[in-house]
Amino acid sequence: MIHINQIRKSYQMGSLSLEVLKGIDLNIEEGELVSIMGPSGSGKSTLLNILGILDQYQEGEYHLAGTLMKSLSERKAAYYRNHYLGFVFQSFHLLEFKNALENVALPLYYQKVSRRKRNRKARELLERVGLGDRAEHMPNELSGGQKQRVAIARALISDPKVILADEPTGALDSQTSDQVMDLFKEVNASGKTVVIVTHEAEVAEKTSRTIHLRDGVVQNDTHNAGVAS
Amino acid sequence: MFDYDKWQEIWATIRKNKLRTVLTMFGVFWGLFLMLLLLGSGEGLRNGVTKDFGAWATSSGFVWGRRTTMPYQGLRPGRPIRFDMNDVTALENEVDGLHHLAPRLQLGGFGGSNNVVYREKTAAFSIYGDTDAFHKLLLVNFDKGRGLNPLDVAERRKVAVIGSEVQRVLFQGVDPIGEYIRINGVFFKVVGVFSSKRSGRNASRDVQMIHVPLTTAQQAFNRINQVGWFGFIAKPGVSAMTVENDMMALLRQRKRVHPDDISALGHENLEEEFNKMLGLFNGIRWFVWFVGLGTLAAGVIGVSNIMLIVVRERTREIGIRRAIGATPFSIVSLIMQEAVVITAFAGYIGLLLGIGVVELLNLAIGDGAAMFLRPSVDLPTAIASFLILVIGGCCAGLIPAQRAASIKPIEAIQS
Ligand SMILES: Nc1ncnc2c1ncn2[C@@H]1O[C@H](COP(=O)(O)OP(=O)(O)O)[C@@H](O)[C@H]1O
Ligand SMILES: [Mg+2]
Repeated sequence: MIHINQIRKSYQMGSLSLEVLKGIDLNIEEGELVSIMGPSGSGKSTLLNILGILDQYQEGEYHLAGTLMKSLSERKAAYYRNHYLGFVFQSFHLLEFKNALENVALPLYYQKVSRRKRNRKARELLERVGLGDRAEHMPNELSGGQKQRVAIARALISDPKVILADEPTGALDSQTSDQVMDLFKEVNASGKTVVIVTHEAEVAEKTSRTIHLRDGVVQNDTHNAGVAS
Repeated sequence: MFDYDKWQEIWATIRKNKLRTVLTMFGVFWGLFLMLLLLGSGEGLRNGVTKDFGAWATSSGFVWGRRTTMPYQGLRPGRPIRFDMNDVTALENEVDGLHHLAPRLQLGGFGGSNNVVYREKTAAFSIYGDTDAFHKLLLVNFDKGRGLNPLDVAERRKVAVIGSEVQRVLFQGVDPIGEYIRINGVFFKVVGVFSSKRSGRNASRDVQMIHVPLTTAQQAFNRINQVGWFGFIAKPGVSAMTVENDMMALLRQRKRVHPDDISALGHENLEEEFNKMLGLFNGIRWFVWFVGLGTLAAGVIGVSNIMLIVVRERTREIGIRRAIGATPFSIVSLIMQEAVVITAFAGYIGLLLGIGVVELLNLAIGDGAAMFLRPSVDLPTAIASFLILVIGGCCAGLIPAQRAASIKPIEAIQS
């Protein structure tokens, strides 16, 4: 599903060039549940953003579902983000002036799905993440865990192949973190590839494979015994 | 293009920033409102001033005698030029472009000594010896009776046509038709009362006049054969200027005036005046558009500025939208539509209120004010200014929309 070959990425800061990813090789197959760990500043978010076509890389190749993702036009990038990928962020990134249902339905708006249809689907997904009774609530009326579940529902609505999550539990207490992780496992069980960036060991333990980054390279790549994928 | 969701988006941002949106809208509203008010007032001024021209026959004018200033054929300068009935015949026969000639004679005048008597009342009015042609030159409304006719002139009838002010002062409720007034000691029968088609001071001067047949005046007041000056109307299609020049050439010749002695004859024609006025009003109209478009532009630039702020504030939101699959185009259209909706809505209110106030002005003023009549904005003009505004709104959205589309999702989300 995700094939990365010698990817390099550096940030240009004036005359200084800061190399963040120094040649990463990585293959993630369909249906895997993977976590990416590493100390702060090791390039986890940078890598995930490249996987999500939110950011560009300078060298190497990235194939998503068999297609090379390099130097895409904004329109193409929007298309792949919309159809292949679902994002979950640490700070949820819900639109404050839209209620839960509208937030979840938004990706389908960009697929030109009719309003009735996308609202029906959004309601289904809110049921699935356990928020069926909160559909009309505004984000500021929801707790952190609830917001993150709305965000997950939004990531799922376009039925993407891959879910990418950057520190999805970073802003949550341990109990709600567990609930959210259970939800990710459920999503993974339904056949989706899930990649979670985290620096929490408890989160990584719940995934079937953990990739450790350090100083812009993959330090090790371990399969967790006892976690089925 | 305008689907429900976009409306909802636009409504949501407007609701979130009520004060700011309202202030922006006010700028646009004010621009269009002022523009329509200016256009309406310009039209009112134009109507008010051209109304006075409307009372005059088109391509008409006057020629009168003054004093010579150059010696000619042994005659010394300073000689007054006086006209008589032979000049009338000559002009009528020899000036081709002449449609109607209105020879006139003035007797006594307004502001002079009391010269008109009805029973025990006396007053001073302007008395003119005229022919029926004068009624063709200056149009009036005959409220009662009739104007002078050719028979009055031919038979030297002692009849008078009086202005409405003359009636008011002398008759006070008595029907003047058939009554006799004494002018400089001679009795005249009143056959008509008229009111002016003009406005303001011109109108009040008009209605203090008394017209009697030219021939009667000449005989009764011992001015046999005399003519004071000439009014004229050019034939349709002939310029008043041409007729005026032909008349003056003939009169110079007849009165033995040096052909270059320009100031020996006075002349005035409305064509010239009218063209000057038209030029002035076209100038005013251009000025109004210039100023109006300026205010509109200011409003539109205001919208553009606000939209730039909106885009900056919505950077994160736009980033999120991009991350979940919004194309740059959809972002552009979102911002553009918001700009267009704000300008169009505010503009529409400006349009309604502008036209409303102009109409109210029209009602309030009526015929009361001199130089100002029927202020109005015609529909095509109103629609044109509205369309200009909406197009302006599109332009206003363009730069902010471009800025919005260039937001990189990654940067927006990280911040
Ligand atoms: N937009 C940017 N410009 C410059 N440097 C950046 C930018 N984004 C990230 N970095 C740098 O790249 C490095 C990796 O960042 P990041 O991928 O966010 O790390 P992590 O998510 O693992 O904490 C950090 O040193 C960070 O300062
Ligand atoms: Mg990070």
